[in-house]
Amino acid sequence: MKIAVVQFPGSNCDQDCLRALTDGLHLPAEYVWHKQTSLSGFDAVVLPGGFSYGDYLRCGAIARFSPIMRAVVRSAKEGMPVIGLCNGFQILCEAGLLPGALIRNQSLRFVCQSIWLRVETGDTPFTANLQGRRVLKMPIAHGEGSYFVDERSLETLESKNQVVFRYVDETGDVTAGSNPNGSIHNIAGICNEARNVLGMMPHPDRAWDRKLGSEDGKLIFGSLAETLEPVVSR
Amino acid sequence: MVTEITPDLIRTHGLTDQEYAQIKAILGREPNFTELGVFSVMWSEHCSYKNTRLELKKFPISGQKVLVKAGEENAGVIDVGDSWAVAFKMESHNHPSAIEPFQGAATGVGGIIRDIFTMGARPLFLLDSLRFGPIQGASPAAKNNRRLFSEVVAGISHYGNCIGIPTIGGEISFDESYEGNPLVNVFCLGILRHEQIARGAAKGVGNSVFYVGSETGRDGLAGAAFASRDLTEQSKQDRPAVQVGDPFKGKLLLEACLELLASGCVAGIQDMGAAGLTCSTCETASRGGTGVEIDLALVPQRETGMTPYEILLSESQERMLIIVERGGEATLKEIFDKWDLPYARVGEVTCDGMMRVLDHGCVKVEIPARKLANNAPVYEREALADPQAPEFRIEDLPAADSHESLIRLLAYPTIASKNWVYRQYDHTVRAGTVVPPGSDAAVFYVREADKFLAATTDCNSLYCKLNPREGARIAVAEAARNLICSGAKPLAVTDNLNFGNPYQPKIFWQLRESVEGLAEACLRFGVPVVGGNVSLYNQNPNSAIDPTPTVGMVGVIGEERWITRQYFCDQSDIIYLIGPVGHELGASQYLKIIHGRKEFLPPRLSYDLELGVQAVVLSLIQQGLVKSAHDCSEGGLGVALAECCISGPRRVGARVDFGNWPERLDQILFNESQSRVILSAPPEAKEALEAVCAAAEIQFGRMGQVGGSDLIVSARRETLLWDVDELYHAWYDSIERVMRS
Repeated sequence: MKIAVVQFPGSNCDQDCLRALTDGLHLPAEYVWHKQTSLSGFDAVVLPGGFSYGDYLRCGAIARFSPIMRAVVRSAKEGMPVIGLCNGFQILCEAGLLPGALIRNQSLRFVCQSIWLRVETGDTPFTANLQGRRVLKMPIAHGEGSYFVDERSLETLESKNQVVFRYVDETGDVTAGSNPNGSIHNIAGICNEARNVLGMMPHPDRAWDRKLGSEDGKLIFGSLAETLEPVVSR
Repeated sequence: MVTEITPDLIRTHGLTDQEYAQIKAILGREPNFTELGVFSVMWSEHCSYKNTRLELKKFPISGQKVLVKAGEENAGVIDVGDSWAVAFKMESHNHPSAIEPFQGAATGVGGIIRDIFTMGARPLFLLDSLRFGPIQGASPAAKNNRRLFSEVVAGISHYGNCIGIPTIGGEISFDESYEGNPLVNVFCLGILRHEQIARGAAKGVGNSVFYVGSETGRDGLAGAAFASRDLTEQSKQDRPAVQVGDPFKGKLLLEACLELLASGCVAGIQDMGAAGLTCSTCETASRGGTGVEIDLALVPQRETGMTPYEILLSESQERMLIIVERGGEATLKEIFDKWDLPYARVGEVTCDGMMRVLDHGCVKVEIPARKLANNAPVYEREALADPQAPEFRIEDLPAADSHESLIRLLAYPTIASKNWVYRQYDHTVRAGTVVPPGSDAAVFYVREADKFLAATTDCNSLYCKLNPREGARIAVAEAARNLICSGAKPLAVTDNLNFGNPYQPKIFWQLRESVEGLAEACLRFGVPVVGGNVSLYNQNPNSAIDPTPTVGMVGVIGEERWITRQYFCDQSDIIYLIGPVGHELGASQYLKIIHGRKEFLPPRLSYDLELGVQAVVLSLIQQGLVKSAHDCSEGGLGVALAECCISGPRRVGARVDFGNWPERLDQILFNESQSRVILSAPPEAKEALEAVCAAAEIQFGRMGQVGGSDLIVSARRETLLWDVDELYHAWYDSIERVMRS
């Protein structure tokens, strides 16, 4: 098994993601440069957070034209697990792998804080170990993280259980106060219909070491690893 | 076209007749227009420290752990053990932030980050020390202060978040003296191995000199000279002297430079900050004992028709000068192509000691590099002491309602929670933040080195205004105390001296007193000064800022279990006060905020007491006897106790009794006497803890117990009670409320 961490110019969580995978979970992982065109040899892809290409046009709007993204889209369609964190989520939406968009936070300000997250479905490679609506703690840090999608797509997302994470309070209740950015239906993360592509605003890559105040991020990467392991021979 | 050098032109370049005569003596001829510009920026206060150099010599700069001393390079470097070292420095961007707060603050962040990776270090985190005029109220001044405040915070957030370096702490305070002249002091720390220390020296005659990074434009033209003048009504016209930052380019440059440094082909590296290409060429040549010759026609430019004068004095951001070893040219090209960054070989290292600048092969500047970089005039300015402030007498102060006073103090923006600010900063990127903003000191885990670092910035400018020497000493003491409370042993200091116009004897006196106070305290606390920055001419049209010698201090926490936070944790824990109850109300926030009086002598620091308290607190922490430790500073015991109750993840009450203590309750609660720490400890640690304090012969007292949902304080027959939720909301939501108004 080997996991790719894509490096776009302006990615700034690439090193955190690689360390979370290698130091935190002892998983084989490597960087893949955005100018590369192939993902051969990899079994899953992480699109890390940051400000790809400075996010000067619109978050993720330029990154999706990177050479590597053609391979990401192709692999995703073939069923490879793809996870986009923060800016990676924005890139997945821009690339059309996930519906909707991340717009500016309701406060119009960047927000960095610790939040609670409820796992809405265990039916993805990333949450397979997280049955029973578990509540996780991890940081968010974004200026444009308010998830928005048109009403029909929202209905589809909800009815097909594609909402993977929701912002909740500590006890697991969906409240207005626990929504840090104005996301519709408190949505913090969604998957595609095939369930192999996940986008989420919170940072499991910053929650994998007790010292950092939470290890809950390991549960997500751990689920992914365990899903991959039976199908990939070492 | 030749521009004639007239007395007027010399004056508009900020040079005196005497300085001009010295320039002629160095050159043995008249300078041309371009050379005049070069001298003007290099000999500006910002680059030459001409009015402060003699004072700065008073700082203790040596120590066993000092690997690169203050003034040697772009930043000092300190050994942190196991062949790892940290490079850190604080720098101001006050003038640009007054004129263009967003870009001014953003480029301040960019500049200090470049200073750190220029040393070969990977930048790990940032701190900011910020000062603004009061933000409360509906007056035009308050509105403008709110604008400056929110734009500066947005600028820091813009640059720091995008480049991916967490902003994990600092301080912010508000006072009338900063109206129209905010202070933006930015601190950055990076990690490196001893053998990775890079030098800003042009080594090796014949080596190629490369320009890398963003193209040069006309922005920030002569910014260093602009920052060396008073801010006036006309300063708005200097807006072109403010640079524009591009954190995305900054990120690429950071990664490319670190990759290049790791390749081992770099002979010298210097960022282009103040005075841009001028400063980087003459300083690298001067440090290398060599010369540098470059041709401006080769410099990547984003505007057409730029003159040599403009190219040399531009302060466009995200640029570096790199000298590569022979044969390393291909490596540089490969790495900078990979990162899609502009680069150009603009010249080479020479043996003649000259900074020689050509334009299409024609010599435009030819100046002995060492003399330009190091022989700036040095002045000893006239100093005139302020009359000493009177001693505070409690009899002259009508007692105010202490219940209400505590709530008002907690809600005052200087003391209130800064979450409105730090939530806008990405403080968790790089996955190392252990104690986030909002504690006495921030704690960061350096994964590659397996080290816990603590860092803080401190300065009480109200104390400095009323007694600069004492205020400066206290700034060092408080910084050290903050580190101790987090479990760290203080290592070293960087300072940022912010003052008004040094040609005013009273201002120069403030500066000298402050420097001597800092120097003395650093010596006593055993923390060398490894670098820093001086920012003068901080004047608004009415007056000078209060003297603000900001101290940035770094410490190491030896073991993870020593990391200590400021808030009470568990019911029934015992609350201790280490140090005296105190009585000094002069220059306190209580006098200023509640009684509207910014006067009287500030508290006095006793080194013996302070060192004793710090040693005992650290020892208690290391012995595992302590659950929380919080230093008493602005707002005294009252504010510190409240913060212990409300700044943690779970709010908790406390009951505190001062027994028959004779002072008035407001004096007990709000005095700002130094050398005091509030500890909480589990009941089972009581005997051991008290034995340690008694053995150390340090004054201490059992104040009360953690528990309930109220903060209850009694002394003699008086008892005050606050609901901790009420205290919390007064404190936590205050800045948000003010900014929404």
